[in-house]
Amino acid sequence: MGDLRDLYQEVIFDHYRKPRNFHALADANRSAEGFNPLCGDRLTLYLDVEDDVITDASFEGTGCAISMASASLMTEHIKGRRVQEAEKLFADFHELVTHEHGTQSSDLGKLEVLGGVREFPARVKCATLAWHTLRAALSRQTEPVSTE
Amino acid sequence: MNTISEVMTLKVAPPPLDAARWRKDFPVLRQTVHGKPLVYLDNAATTQKPQAVIDCERQYYETLNANIHRGVHDLSQRATEAYEAARGKVKRFVNAADSREIVFVRGATEAINLVAHSYGRRCIKAGDEIVLTEMEHHSNIVPWQLLCEQTGAELRVVPINDAGELMLDAFDKLMSPRTRLVAVAHVSNALGTINPLARIIETAHAFDAVVLVDGAQAAPHLQLDMQALDCDFYAFSGHKLYGPTGIGVLYGKAKLLDAMPPYQGGGDMISKVTFEKTLYNVLPYKFEAGTPNIAGVIALGAALDYVEQIGLDAIAAHEHDLLDYATDMARELPGMRLIGTAREKTGILAFVIDGMHPHDIGTILDREGVAIRTGHNCAMPVMDHFRIPATARASFALYNTREEIDALFAAIRKAMQMFGVDARRTT
Repeated sequence: MGDLRDLYQEVIFDHYRKPRNFHALADANRSAEGFNPLCGDRLTLYLDVEDDVITDASFEGTGCAISMASASLMTEHIKGRRVQEAEKLFADFHELVTHEHGTQSSDLGKLEVLGGVREFPARVKCATLAWHTLRAALSRQTEPVSTE
Repeated sequence: MNTISEVMTLKVAPPPLDAARWRKDFPVLRQTVHGKPLVYLDNAATTQKPQAVIDCERQYYETLNANIHRGVHDLSQRATEAYEAARGKVKRFVNAADSREIVFVRGATEAINLVAHSYGRRCIKAGDEIVLTEMEHHSNIVPWQLLCEQTGAELRVVPINDAGELMLDAFDKLMSPRTRLVAVAHVSNALGTINPLARIIETAHAFDAVVLVDGAQAAPHLQLDMQALDCDFYAFSGHKLYGPTGIGVLYGKAKLLDAMPPYQGGGDMISKVTFEKTLYNVLPYKFEAGTPNIAGVIALGAALDYVEQIGLDAIAAHEHDLLDYATDMARELPGMRLIGTAREKTGILAFVIDGMHPHDIGTILDREGVAIRTGHNCAMPVMDHFRIPATARASFALYNTREEIDALFAAIRKAMQMFGVDARRTT
């Protein structure tokens, strides 16, 4: 049985109250919108990708503590990474929030605090919204992504 | 079970004790969630079912199951009688003039779609106007948008004020000789507002517009009288009225239904088929193509019996007591803002808390056994009006108690504490 404290760790509260990289990015060359029609969460993700490297990342939006903290932590974590690495992170993160033991060889760092989500299936979409939006931005998808 | 004399007494002043007695009729309420007693406050989404309804549905399959209207054998005859008896119960429940005016559909959504397709295609043309309100549920917006796309008609939207009440002056100004139809919720699912239907219908009729009422949130709480209301169409669902899912009702005035083309083609809606021409069946069968949800219809009849035995006045008085109790507690809790403070309301308490998203509130409350709805409640324009992405919504039914409201607020305080939102802070 998942405990609320596993879901709402202090790091999550911290990133919810003071989201990092929470602004539009003037020189973004990629962006995408994510939307969860079930709960109304939405965010816009901005990326600057140079020579296959994500040199900058930011976001704006509204949502619950889980979705905002996830987006904040993600933007911190993907800066300076290659596009291919980001794709791998997406897979690792998805594993983390949906599978019992997560992935062993992940390089998710602080993002591990979102592992508690796996005990709250109704909240998996909150945690993954930013990541689906990331994938859309990297693949230059123009339609807003939806978690439904 | 209440005796008739007890029911009569209840209508005057319902003692809170009776809710505890009604609770015993609902087996699902006797369970714990995450180790806490279940406090079910998501009744606007769907209500729980009394034993009588569950037994009725089971009994149908155990003793009566047969197709209706076609068989000459005994089971089919008896199933047909039970099905048509349920139609009679619905007719009485809404005080329709004629049971031919009661059409069984899957739910309020299908009822509205039926009118949009059938009445809409026949009677709405390019340049016509359809008037909706800003507080409509998506089910009473999207079918009309689709119709406008198909016909070239246009939508006009009546705004709401910050209490969540319709602005009737604006409504009067929107009405014109081009208005063909007014589609309005009797009660708002997101705000609890009870709309002044009589006034709206009178105005619409003065412009020769027909009125469709989305009654999904009203039928479980308010006494209905189609003849006194004089509305043209009224839609509601069984599952919000202590009945099964997958069954609903469209009431329509016989003269309108008669003039409308069928909505779906198939068995039972015809009287004669050749490849040259099909003659349609009489009302209401013209609109009930295919084998219907027979068990659902009969169990809906049982749900209406159950509700009538307690009495809608007693139910409404009890829910109003809960709403007043909860509203007072909400006002004493700084940081909590009520969304929907209309003077005329049913038992819906929608709120937001500064610094906490409704989704987080919902998860924490769930761990305390308290089930509420969080999100935009399928009424995104309402959220836009209040400039919020979502609300938390507690909605009451006949089996809820003041103790459950206490549990709701204890859980809310716990959530605020967890999020470091100070319940004493003034906003």
